[in-house]
Amino acid sequence: MNQAESTRQINNSIHSWVKPKSRVLDLGCGDGTLLAQLEQDLDIRGYGLEIDPDSINQCVAKGVNVVEQDLNKGMANFADDSFDTVIMTQALQAMRFPHLVLDEMLRIGSQCVITFPNFGHWKARAYLTLRGRMPVTKQLTYQWYDTPNIHFFTYSDFEALCRERNIKILRKQFVGEHFLDRQLKNLWPNLFAETAVYHLSK
Amino acid sequence: MTSDISASSVGLVKVEKILIETPLTLACGVVLPSHELMVETYGTLNADKSNALLICHALSGSHHAAGFYAGDEKPGWWDSYIGPGKAMDTNRFFIVSLNNIGSCFGSTGPTTINPESGEPWGAEFPVLRARDWVESQRLLMEHLGIECWAAVIGGSLGGMQAMRWALEYPDKLANSIVIASSMKLTAQNIAFNELARRAIQSDPDFCEGNYLQNNTAPRRGLALARMIGHVTYLSDELMGQKFGRELRSGTFDQGEAAPIEFQVESYLNYQGEKFSGDFDANAYILITKMLDYFDLSREYQNDPVQAFSHANCDFLVVAFSSDWRFSPKRSREITDALIAAGKNVSFAEIDSDQGHDAFLLPNPRYEQVLGNYLSKVADKLEGAA
Repeated sequence: MNQAESTRQINNSIHSWVKPKSRVLDLGCGDGTLLAQLEQDLDIRGYGLEIDPDSINQCVAKGVNVVEQDLNKGMANFADDSFDTVIMTQALQAMRFPHLVLDEMLRIGSQCVITFPNFGHWKARAYLTLRGRMPVTKQLTYQWYDTPNIHFFTYSDFEALCRERNIKILRKQFVGEHFLDRQLKNLWPNLFAETAVYHLSK
Repeated sequence: MTSDISASSVGLVKVEKILIETPLTLACGVVLPSHELMVETYGTLNADKSNALLICHALSGSHHAAGFYAGDEKPGWWDSYIGPGKAMDTNRFFIVSLNNIGSCFGSTGPTTINPESGEPWGAEFPVLRARDWVESQRLLMEHLGIECWAAVIGGSLGGMQAMRWALEYPDKLANSIVIASSMKLTAQNIAFNELARRAIQSDPDFCEGNYLQNNTAPRRGLALARMIGHVTYLSDELMGQKFGRELRSGTFDQGEAAPIEFQVESYLNYQGEKFSGDFDANAYILITKMLDYFDLSREYQNDPVQAFSHANCDFLVVAFSSDWRFSPKRSREITDALIAAGKNVSFAEIDSDQGHDAFLLPNPRYEQVLGNYLSKVADKLEGAA
């Protein structure tokens, strides 16, 4: 299984959890691929928030609604429950205060979908244990000093945070590329899932 | 000299004076039985007349948005963005640019003759609102046989018209492009406009607005008004870069008594002087008041979300980081209201040190955002044709 296949699996989960014709806010929407798919398949009214100028250009070229906004400066401009679903894919680890972002997501949306790289994956653990260096993997491609991923956490960490803040985990799905991962990711996700998709509500 | 006309220019352009014979009832109640509009067009209207863009000018703009007049060195005011292959691509769009009523570049306004008195309108020209410009533009649209604009686009006061269009005639535009604009002016903005008006009115040559009848013009007052405005359209950074504390004349050497002039003084005086010869003082007063009075959601319980719920078109909102006259905050308010109203909208805050004037000046990112958006609009039109 390759990265494209993992992305496809993640997007399938998101598709099945988003209601047709609903209002969707995608935080850190990148080039707008996911929103464009959701619009096409589910006729949603979607908006993406993004700060990267090139990504914004690509969204505009696709006809995806994109709003230039720095998530680290808050999202007070969105009213409570103003969206059906708030999505954040692979960006929570890059937020300055992930727990506050999570609170905001659940304030703005009735449900949230969130994906992030699992730092507890065996490859990352092996890298750190055997080499004594911070992991640089296919998923975590940066060096420690220039990485935008300023918070490393595992699924167990994430679920502990959800418990602490009374966040309901409605569903979750684990994705892994390695054949070992595919066998064991559901049995022991904290070790064998590279990416997980969580479906949350208040 | 027009030797530098490149392949990306619309080239030599001509203006047409169009007589609108349908009476125009203004917001103040006055009826103009007919009015004249100076209009330029660029590009070709397609067979189903669906590829028309309307350009809305701001305070001091005219119909001359792109291309050159024979013998002129300077192109129209939005030439960086209008032309073959440019963001507003004349290979794909038919672009309509007019001088709005109440302005002073040949369309019915304070400098044209009031048919009732046989004299120039002068200070008697009726008070205008942005909606009057929209209404006059709609009559022009009818005259041109266009049923729906592919987009209505404008910066500053032009953006206000683009928003008003979306509320007044939701089915007559597919896109509204609102650049460096605001849903209403702030107190600081109104204050600057009042300074400008007071400067004009304080000039003894103003003659209570009847200077044309007295064969004079309040040029000093108008120049000062423009200088005040001009400072607010630039950023502190840009003025620092452009002029710093450079001297135009004189020296600070001990023992020198000759007067000292900073470059920035000379620049502002030149801009004021030039403007006071090109623009009309009554028009400046009229249009700054139009800006002050604009309030998009006044008649919608002061609720921008309710106001925008009447729109049917898609929106692009653009702001510039160093614009403090129409700050990015104002554009974010527009965007937030549009999202809350469930309208399609994209918003970009372009990094620029050029202040409010940035909307007129070349900027690669601004070009890309505007170009990508309009290219998508054109793709849809061409796909549907």
